[in-house]
Amino acid sequence: MLEHYLSLFVKAVFVENILLAFFLGMCSFLAVSKKVETAIGLGLAVTFVMTITTPVNWAINTYLLKDGALSWIWSGFANVDLSFLEFITFIASIAAMVQLVEMVIDRFSPKLYAALGIFLPLIAVNCAILGASLFMVERDYTLGESIVFGFGSGTGWFLAIVAMASIRTKIRYSNVPNGLKGLGITMLITGLMSMAFMLFSGIQL
Amino acid sequence: MSEKFFSKKNMAIFKTPLVDNNPITFQVLGICSALAVTVQMRTALVMSLAVMAVVSLSNVSISMLRKMIPSKIRIIVELTVIATLVILVDQILKAFLFDISKQLSVFVGLIITNCIIMGRAEAFALQNKPWPSFLDGLGNGLGYGWILMTIAFFRELLGSGTFFGFQVIPDSLYAMGYENMGLMVLAPGAFILLGLLVWVQRTITKTVSE
Repeated sequence: MLEHYLSLFVKAVFVENILLAFFLGMCSFLAVSKKVETAIGLGLAVTFVMTITTPVNWAINTYLLKDGALSWIWSGFANVDLSFLEFITFIASIAAMVQLVEMVIDRFSPKLYAALGIFLPLIAVNCAILGASLFMVERDYTLGESIVFGFGSGTGWFLAIVAMASIRTKIRYSNVPNGLKGLGITMLITGLMSMAFMLFSGIQL
Repeated sequence: MSEKFFSKKNMAIFKTPLVDNNPITFQVLGICSALAVTVQMRTALVMSLAVMAVVSLSNVSISMLRKMIPSKIRIIVELTVIATLVILVDQILKAFLFDISKQLSVFVGLIITNCIIMGRAEAFALQNKPWPSFLDGLGNGLGYGWILMTIAFFRELLGSGTFFGFQVIPDSLYAMGYENMGLMVLAPGAFILLGLLVWVQRTITKTVSE
């Protein structure tokens, strides 16, 4: 059982990195990868929120939305299929969780709040978070798997943005052609990083 | 309405997002989904149409609601409007284009978090009347669409030798030893192509970013 979870984790972090293989969370990745400190802050916040929201959305999907999921309330609901409400409930639960996490952190750890505070509202519209929940539904993960997958995807995203921020700090004084400055060179570096991550694709645990 | 529907100002609202202020290459928004669906031109076309529909309709709805939305909860209102439109698009795709909807998998749902749509709602629709907002949405949708189609064109041509699924690279060329570029079908190809496209466009328009 443990090996299964471990392999799922490694797969989510390296082989199927949510950013480098599925392109999710690119907007904030490009916008916030200029400094290493802020990249670490946002990366941590994303990992944190993703680890919470994926299992929460799993519960919502399994007990409320899936075909026949409502049968635990009353057997007459066995034919009800609310899965078309998936998007709107997931995004609402993500926005609510982000708000909740923000309040909890603010109450119990003002220090962490000062570090993550400005990033938390941004996260509600980070496609990586919604993406992780949608992948969880598509791949039929169990509760345990969805926790591991959420944490793994978050870690993978963290890794990618911190690596990118470090590279961008390094190339600040490099002589990049004018038209390539900014978005262009960042995309090319991301391409190379994604190629490097593809080397993990043979790994089986 | 004091202004004509196709006045110069309105046409400018429609045209600037196509090249000068393109959502992908200049505003750097909505890249997430742009790269994932561009392995084939068919999926890219369907995705562009879906985004175009959602961004123009969400702009119109939010613009009509703009005096009623309290500014404190505007993000959640915008998300609700957008999510509703995306559900509509998703259901239509599932009903009429099931194969493509399967291929697009989670990326239809991810239109909700596409920054272009939120960005246009925040930056334009909240301050403007419905008609200009519609044009702005349509322009941004088209600006997004043509970048998507360009990337998809090269990825499909170089990666599988086809155009909209039809083989265009002749068999004789394959017989001479030509091979499809496997890299183009994979994620790195998309990143590198977009990087090069941005380079070409910014060299032509002579834009230098900080």
